This record gives sequence, C-alpha cells and structure tokens, in this order.
Amino acid sequence: MNAMKVFILLISLFSASAYAVIDGHKYPFEDPADAARFEQLAEDLRCPKCQNQNLADSNAPVAADLRDKVYELMQEGKNDEEVVNYLVARYGDFVRYKPPFRIDTLLLWGAPVLMLIFGIILVIGLRRQAGASPSVLTAEEQQKLNELKARLNDSETTARNTNS
Amino acid sequence: MNRLLLFIPVVVFALMGIVFWIGLGIEDKTSLPSPLIGQPFPEFELGVVEDGRTLTTKDLKGQPALVNVWATWCPTCKAEHAFLNELAEQGVRIIGINYKDDDAKARDWLSLYGNPYEYNLADPAGKLGLELGVYGAPETFLVDSQGIIRGKHIGDLNPRVWEVFGKEFEALK
Repeated sequence: MNAMKVFILLISLFSASAYAVIDGHKYPFEDPADAARFEQLAEDLRCPKCQNQNLADSNAPVAADLRDKVYELMQEGKNDEEVVNYLVARYGDFVRYKPPFRIDTLLLWGAPVLMLIFGIILVIGLRRQAGASPSVLTAEEQQKLNELKARLNDSETTARNTNS
Repeated sequence: MNRLLLFIPVVVFALMGIVFWIGLGIEDKTSLPSPLIGQPFPEFELGVVEDGRTLTTKDLKGQPALVNVWATWCPTCKAEHAFLNELAEQGVRIIGINYKDDDAKARDWLSLYGNPYEYNLADPAGKLGLELGVYGAPETFLVDSQGIIRGKHIGDLNPRVWEVFGKEFEALK
C-alpha cells in the first residue's frame, strides 16, 4: 500500500497538473471527493492575470488568492456552480474556460454548426453539378474531335515510317 | 459556374480575415470588462492607513469618487501618482485602497510622493481587492454618490485616459 502511494506521488510529478497536487497539500480535505472537486475547479477556472493558464497551473499571486477563495467557499459548503458564479460575479466570464450559452455568445457556439451546414450544402451542390455536367459533345465538337484524332493517327504513321 | 466555385475558399478566407481583424482591434487583452459596473460597491469594514480609524461602505457614499487600488510594490502606481496628485488639486475626490501592502511602507510613500487620497483603506490580504475583481494594480473605479460602481479603468491614469474617464466621472456629479 505504501509502495502504491509512493508510485502515485511519483506519477503525479510527471502529470500536467503537478502544481495542483503540490498546492493541494496546502488544502486539506476530509473527503477525498472534495479534494478531487477542488482540483477540478482549479483546472476549470482561469487565472484572470494570465492569458491562458488555469488556477492550478498559475503561480500568479492572484491565482493563489482565488484558489484560497475557492477552498474557503467549499469549506462553507458551496457547490461547484456557486463557487464558479461567485468568481464570475467579480471577475467576469473570463475566469471560466467554458463560456456560457447566451445571446452574445451565440456566434461562438453556433459557428461550428453553421460551418458544417455550409460544408454539407457545398458538397451537395458540387456533386449535383458534377452529375449534371454535359458529357455528351455537340455535333460540332464531335466533328472536331474526329479531325484531331485523324490528324494524330496520320502523324503517328508518318513518324513510324521515318523511323523504320 | 465551376470557375466561380473556385473562388469560395478565397471569399471565406477574406471574410475570416475581416472578422479576425475587427476582433483583434476591439479586444484589449490586458483589460477585462468588469461585471461589477452597475453594482453596489462591496461591503467592507477596514482600517485607514493614515490614522488607523475604521471605515465602512457608508463612508464612501455622499459624493462621487475615484477609488484607486494601489501598492508600493507596483511600479505603474508610481507612474500614475503625479497625475493623481494633479487630479486631487483640481478637487477630484480620490479614495485609495492600499492593496496587499504594508501600512508603514504606504505611509512612507505618501509622505515622500504626496497624498492625493481623502483616505486610504488598508487591504493587506487583498480581501476587498478580490471582492472588486482586482487582478493587477493599479485599477481605478468610478463610484457615484450612492455608492454604485459606474466605471473601471485598469492600468495607470494619465491625461490621455482622463479625457474619456474624466468625462464619465464628471457625468456622475
């Protein structure tokens, strides 16, 4: 069992969220499920000072303050949603990595669907056009083709004759 | 018709280019919009750096004010300090929040560079700062006479910023 613990600790040193684990020692939880919740929240919340780091990975002082606040709110018995809402009310939507679905984020969420629909329409359109394109030549074109073929045959014959 | 279809990628690329160009233009990555605008100033009960008396949210009300979050460890705060002194001379009410700082250091700083503040709230642990969504000093809030937050500026105050921010402040009177 002890070997197992050491193994898990060693593994955690190689994981991307090693900081969260190390910092986790500062935040004791009675229930391991709460510790997991805490780590998940620290992963999901974004450090407002940093462009693209979560609370677990950032060593900015404000990130440490927010981790402490998340811990404090959890100790008060707040659930994940309440914790996230508390921070969003102060720091704005920037702190969440998953943007909410609202009128002003409609384009963000809808754009991939719109792209897909556009792509499908494009593919259908192109296929239909390929099917409808005229494969039959007009009489005039057919005549020209025959002429060209005849000329090609002639020149080939001439070439062979000269070679031999 | 087939030839026209060939232009679709070009058109899509051009449209995306326009969207990104506009997006890059409007998004100032260093300042986040504050969700606190229109909200009452968070409740507090804090000591004053200068004399140690305790003040609460009530003391903020009565007149519109600039609430300036600063610290002695913050170089940009020093850069804007002269301009704050100027504003105070013009009669602008400025209240300071000494954010994650040491009272003695703050007093030294104020006697050295001048004190444009009506008073400075001591927030050594940054608790009020967190309530205000502060993530980097200096930050300045516009608070009206009812104690409602009406605006926020992240970064130093200077004459160029004040051209817009000052008008917002005057509008509160």
